[in-house]
Amino acid sequence: MARNVSVQTRIGFTIAAWAIALLLFSPILWVLLTAFKTEAEAIASSPTFFPQTFTLENFGAVQDRSDYFKHAFNSIVVSVGSTLLGLIIGIPAAWAMAFAPTKRTKDVLMWMLSTKMMPAVGVLIPIYLIFRDLRLLDTLQGLTIIMTLINLPIIIWMLYTYFKEIPVDILEAARMDGAELWNEIVHVLVPMAVPGIASTLLLNVILAWNEAFWTITLTSGRAGTLTAFISSFSSPQGLFLAKLSAASLLAIAPILLMGWFSQKQLVRGLTFGAVK
Amino acid sequence: MGSISLKNVKKSFGEVQIIPDISLDIKDGEFVVFVGPSGCGKSTLLRLIAGLEDTTAGTILLDGEDMTKAPPARRGLAMVFQSYALYPHMTVRDNIAFPLKMAKASKEEIDKKVEYAARTLNLSSYLDRRPRALSGGQRQRVAIGRAIVREPKAFLFDEPLSNLDAALRVNMRLEITELHQQLKTTMIYVTHDQVEAMTMADRIVVLNAGNVEQFGSPLDLYKKPANRFVAGFIGSPKMNFVDGPEAAKHNAHSIGVRPEHFKLSKTAEAGTWKGKVGVAEQLGSDTFLHVHVDGLGLMTIRTDGDQTFSHGDDVYLTPDQTRIYRFDAAGKAI
Repeated sequence: MARNVSVQTRIGFTIAAWAIALLLFSPILWVLLTAFKTEAEAIASSPTFFPQTFTLENFGAVQDRSDYFKHAFNSIVVSVGSTLLGLIIGIPAAWAMAFAPTKRTKDVLMWMLSTKMMPAVGVLIPIYLIFRDLRLLDTLQGLTIIMTLINLPIIIWMLYTYFKEIPVDILEAARMDGAELWNEIVHVLVPMAVPGIASTLLLNVILAWNEAFWTITLTSGRAGTLTAFISSFSSPQGLFLAKLSAASLLAIAPILLMGWFSQKQLVRGLTFGAVK
Repeated sequence: MGSISLKNVKKSFGEVQIIPDISLDIKDGEFVVFVGPSGCGKSTLLRLIAGLEDTTAGTILLDGEDMTKAPPARRGLAMVFQSYALYPHMTVRDNIAFPLKMAKASKEEIDKKVEYAARTLNLSSYLDRRPRALSGGQRQRVAIGRAIVREPKAFLFDEPLSNLDAALRVNMRLEITELHQQLKTTMIYVTHDQVEAMTMADRIVVLNAGNVEQFGSPLDLYKKPANRFVAGFIGSPKMNFVDGPEAAKHNAHSIGVRPEHFKLSKTAEAGTWKGKVGVAEQLGSDTFLHVHVDGLGLMTIRTDGDQTFSHGDDVYLTPDQTRIYRFDAAGKAI
């Protein structure tokens, strides 16, 4: 039965929702507006809302100084590569945990999740030394591996949650129909879990795209992604605010667009299983 | 060929023993029904034969070949699940074709077999639909179609009709029986419904707490139950049991009389039990009377539908002396 909601309540909720949305969006809006201002206007003591003199020179400047396209390419390689690698490892792992659990499965899941609670800086030195010895510092391979590792618990947890919703009878039917494990996963499990796998993929691309700690620490010139690109524009001195905004805008634009176009999928994926 | 032999098969889940020790021989082409109350291990036994569960001990032979450790895909059996277990992302055609694709059959062969199965099961006009666009009965037919195209050594049915309504259940029961007569392939059918068991089976396995209580033809089980459990489980309404002095008169620990083996009258006769009618369930063709018999408790009597009794009527029951079942203290038939 539909619940009766008064007009006042509905207006109240609508205003509150818009206010929260604007609050969350305001930094992005500020970056967007500042990117088109001159440096002088960006730091003016009486700040302007809209650019008084609309300029594109910041974009040219950041491309000239630190090659946006190379960093963007690195970001794509690392975020997509680490997500695909994570799915290749995560799908069989989540299958095992969801459909062939042992007494220790819950413990393993909790342990994986607990690694996300540890501050990254806690393992910085060992990881740095391992990367140095394996010659993985400032390489796309190294960055892809570390991104896969830090996001793997989330990938496995999400997939595990989706897989748990799939009736085991259907997988057993596939086994009875002559499907070996590989066919069971490829022809039955994966197509049925497409919404879950898609939202796992999207979320992990976003997480890897936005990751800054490991990217800045483990890369310098060659394998730096867009987060390293932005950080190179933050400087304690000089006129940099408009350029930093332009760099930020360039860095977040692709992922913002991707999020915008896939928001339905993301919301569906993130609330999957919440309501039967 | 499709003979199935279980030799001393045991199954435990951790500390819990589900099947203590079962040996069975199912002949090629037989329709065998596993029947028993909930939790008696009948589905587990079917899953052990299917290979969906590992045996704790014992051997499973299919056509004389040891398949105890073989994965389900290699056993050459087909299974129909209670939940239908259709692939929701595939059309009916792809669902039925799936086992053939797994067996790497040619496209012509797949098309031919899918068309044949669809014709046999009246599914031809639904081939391009998804399972969610089908009714329960149609879904169950697709599940059976998927099983047929494999041409398996044996079909395994795990309570396939329990999700259907009563009228459809009767129809599907007939269809499955006809299918068996047509294909002559071994079928094992799990149910808790003794009517299904009696009407469909060549032989019935009555299970209780993981043990085989009796394995025989439906009429054998009805006429010569091996023990009190089988006597009580087979037959509807269930057999009436009497303990104590009345049973001692027949040199037994307890005696059983089926509801249909009573003579009923409203006047006293020699050797009769007197009682009062509690509830009279009128089905039209039959009437089931629940009679409170003095000193013996509640008894169910089947009588013809024309008899009219009402609550509180005095009645006299005379059990048919030639059809009294006698049991010893352990419940075994004497």
